[in-house]
Amino acid sequence: MTSTALSPQPPASWRRYFGFSTDAKVIGIQYIVVSFFFFLVAGLLAMIIRGELLTPAADLVDRTVYNGLYTMHGTIMLFLFIFPVLNGLNNLLIPTMIGAPDMAFPRLNTAAFWMVPVFGLLLIASFFVPSGPASAGWWSYPPVSLQNPLGHLISGEFLWVLAVALSGISSILGAVNFVTTILRMRAPGMGFFRMPVFCWTALAAQSLQLIGLPALTGGAVMLLMDLTLGTSFYRPEGGGDPVLYQHFFWFYSHPAVYVIILPVFGIFSELFPVYSRKPLFGYVYVALASFIIVGLGLIVWVHHMFPSGVAQWMRNLFMVTTMLIAVPTGVKVFAWLGTMWRGKIRLTTPMLFCIGGLFNFVFAGITGVMLATVPVDIHVSNTYFVVGHFHYVIYGAAVMGIFAAIYHWFPKFTGRMPYEGLGKLHFVLTFLGANLNFLPMHPLGLMGMPRRVSSYDPEFAFWNVLASLGAFLLGVSIIPFLLNMISSWVRGPRATHNPWNAIGLEWLLPSPPPEDNFGEHVPTVISPPYGYGKNEPLVEHQAEIERALTLAEATR
Amino acid sequence: MTTTPIPPATPNAAHGDGHHASHNLTGFIIFLCSESVIFLAFFSGYAILRRAALNWLPPGVEGLEWRMPLLNTIVLVSSSFMMVAAEHYKEKGKLWLFRGFWLLTMAMGAYFLYGQAVEWGGLKFGLTSGTFGATFYLLTGFHGLHVATGVLLMGLMLVKSFIPGNYNGGEEGVKATSLFWHFVDVIWIILFVLLYVWRT
Repeated sequence: MTSTALSPQPPASWRRYFGFSTDAKVIGIQYIVVSFFFFLVAGLLAMIIRGELLTPAADLVDRTVYNGLYTMHGTIMLFLFIFPVLNGLNNLLIPTMIGAPDMAFPRLNTAAFWMVPVFGLLLIASFFVPSGPASAGWWSYPPVSLQNPLGHLISGEFLWVLAVALSGISSILGAVNFVTTILRMRAPGMGFFRMPVFCWTALAAQSLQLIGLPALTGGAVMLLMDLTLGTSFYRPEGGGDPVLYQHFFWFYSHPAVYVIILPVFGIFSELFPVYSRKPLFGYVYVALASFIIVGLGLIVWVHHMFPSGVAQWMRNLFMVTTMLIAVPTGVKVFAWLGTMWRGKIRLTTPMLFCIGGLFNFVFAGITGVMLATVPVDIHVSNTYFVVGHFHYVIYGAAVMGIFAAIYHWFPKFTGRMPYEGLGKLHFVLTFLGANLNFLPMHPLGLMGMPRRVSSYDPEFAFWNVLASLGAFLLGVSIIPFLLNMISSWVRGPRATHNPWNAIGLEWLLPSPPPEDNFGEHVPTVISPPYGYGKNEPLVEHQAEIERALTLAEATR
Repeated sequence: MTTTPIPPATPNAAHGDGHHASHNLTGFIIFLCSESVIFLAFFSGYAILRRAALNWLPPGVEGLEWRMPLLNTIVLVSSSFMMVAAEHYKEKGKLWLFRGFWLLTMAMGAYFLYGQAVEWGGLKFGLTSGTFGATFYLLTGFHGLHVATGVLLMGLMLVKSFIPGNYNGGEEGVKATSLFWHFVDVIWIILFVLLYVWRT
C-alpha cells in the first residue's frame, strides 16, 4: 500500500522552476539558485575591491565608486545570498525532516520567495540611477546615509532602504511559515526532543528573525522619512540622535549573525554523526544551546557601538553578555568534537567542508571574544580586524557549512550524485583561499588599517597583496563548484534513497522525493535521532519502507 | 463518549481540505508577536528622543490637547468589548446579533479614525517640527494604519458571514481579526500614556 507513495514519480517538467510553484522543494531550489546568482554578482564586486587594494594607491576605481562597491557587496551578500540560500535549505529540509507534505502556508511561501528577485533587481538598478548606488556602507549609518547631494528623490540610498524593507517583509513571511510548520506539522511520534537538530536551530534562528527584524524595519522607516520627508529622527541639527539608528540597526543585525550561523550549527550537527558513524554527542544540550544563543543574542548588540558614545555601564554590561555567548557555542563545539572522537570518520566532501568550517569557526570565536573586550574593541573598531573576524564567521564557517549541506543533500533533492573529485578540489581551494584572504586582515587591523578605504599607507601593502591573492583564489574556487553542480545534475550517477547511509526521515523518501513527500503514509517515529551504531529503527515498519525503496530503485 | 478521540498529534491528517485553519491562527499569532516589536522600536525611539531633548516642544506649541483623544480612547477601548459580545453571539449561533455588534465595533473604529483626522487637522505643528512632531505623527499615523486595517478586516469578515454555513465552526478569521483588534487597542493605551499623559 505504500508503493504509490514510494515509487519514483515521472520526472516533472523543469519549467516548474521558472513559475509560481507552491511546492517547498521547488521553492527551495529556486531560492538556492537565485541566491547563487547574487553570490556571483557580489563576489565580482569583492574581486574589484580586492583588485583596488592590490596597490596602496587608489588607481583602479574612483573613490566614490569604491564606496558603492563595498556597500553593495555587503548588502547583496547578506540580504540576497546568505538569507535566501538558508531559506532555500529550510524549504528543502524542514518539511522532509519532520515528515510534513509541504510548508504550513504554501502560497505565502511562494510570495516570500518571489520578493527576493524583485528587491534584488531594485538593488542592482541602483547602480544606474543618477546619484549612483547606496554608498554609506552596509549598515547605512546616518548622517552619512542622509547625504543626498544631487537631491533626487530616487537615490541609491532610497532604493537601498526600499530593498531592505522588502527583504524584511519576505523574511518575516518566511519565518512565520517555518515556525508554524515546525510547531504544528511534525510526524507522529516526533516530539521536540526527537526532532533533528537542524529543525531546532531553524526554529531558533527564525524566532530571532521574528523578534529582531521588526526593529530594523522600524528604524529603516524612520531613516526613509529623514531622507525623503525632511523629518529629523537622526539629524542632530533637528534634535535627532544618529546613535538611535545604530541601536535599531544592531538590535537586529547582530542577532542576524546568529540567524545565519544557527542553521549552520544545525548542518554540522546533522553531518558529523553521519560521517563519524556515532550518535550526536549531547543531543539535548546542543538543541537547547540554540535557544540560549537566541536569548543571549538579543542582549549583546551594543558591543558594535562601544566607540559610539554609549554609557560606561552599557559597555561593561554588553561586554559580559557578549562573552557569555561563548558558553553555549562552546557547548556545541565540544559536542561536535565529542561526536567525532573515536568515530569511523569518512572524509567525504561534505565532511571536509564541515571540519574546515568548524576550524574557521573556532578561530572566529576567539577573535570574537577579543572584540567583545571593551579596550581591545575600541582599539580595533572600524579596522580590518573586524572585517577579518566577520568574514571568518560568514565565509569561513557559514558559507562552508552551506557548501557541506549542498553536497550532502544534493543527491536527495536532485536524484543525482555530485562528483567527489571536483568537490574535494572545491574544498581545498575554498579553505586555502578563505584563510589566505581573511587571515592577513587581522594583522592589518592590529596595525591600524581602517576598513572602507581605497588607498592606504604602503606599510600595509604586504598583507593586502596576500589578502587579494586569497580573494582571487576564492573567486577561482567557485568554478569547480558550479561545474560540479551543473554537470552532476545533468548527467551525474543516479542516487539511491540513502547514499550516505544516514538516519533521518528525509532518507526514507525516494531521491528526489515526490511532491507531497510521504503523502498519506507518514511513518511514526519511535526512537531519537542519530541512532548510529545502535541498530534500532527510527520509524515503525522501517525495514518494509527501505525494502520498497530499494526495489523501486532496482526496477527503474 | 465511546468514540476514542484521535490524538491531535497526527498533524499529517490535518493537511487535507480546509483544515489549515488551526495553522492559520498559529501563524497569525506569531505574526502579531513580531508586529508588536515594530511598535516597541517606535516607543523606545520616542522615549529616548524625548528624554534627551533640550526643548521637546517646538516654539509656539504649548502641548497636546488631551480631551478629544481621551474620548477617542474610550470609544476604542469599549469597541473591544462590543467585539467580545459579537464573538459571544457567534459562538451561540445567533448570526444577526453577531453582525449587529460586529458592525457597531466597525463603526466605533471608524469614529476613532475620524477623531484622529480631526485632531490632526487642528494641530499647529507638522511632521518636520523637530523630533516632537516627527514622533507624534509617526506613532499616531502607524497606529491609525493598523486601525484602518482592522476596520477593513472586519468588513471582510462581515461579508464572509453571509456565505451560508461559513461560520458553523472552523472559520478562524473572526478570531484572528478580534485578536488583531485587541492588539491595536492595547497599543493605543500605551501610546496614549506616552503621548498625552507623560509630563516632563
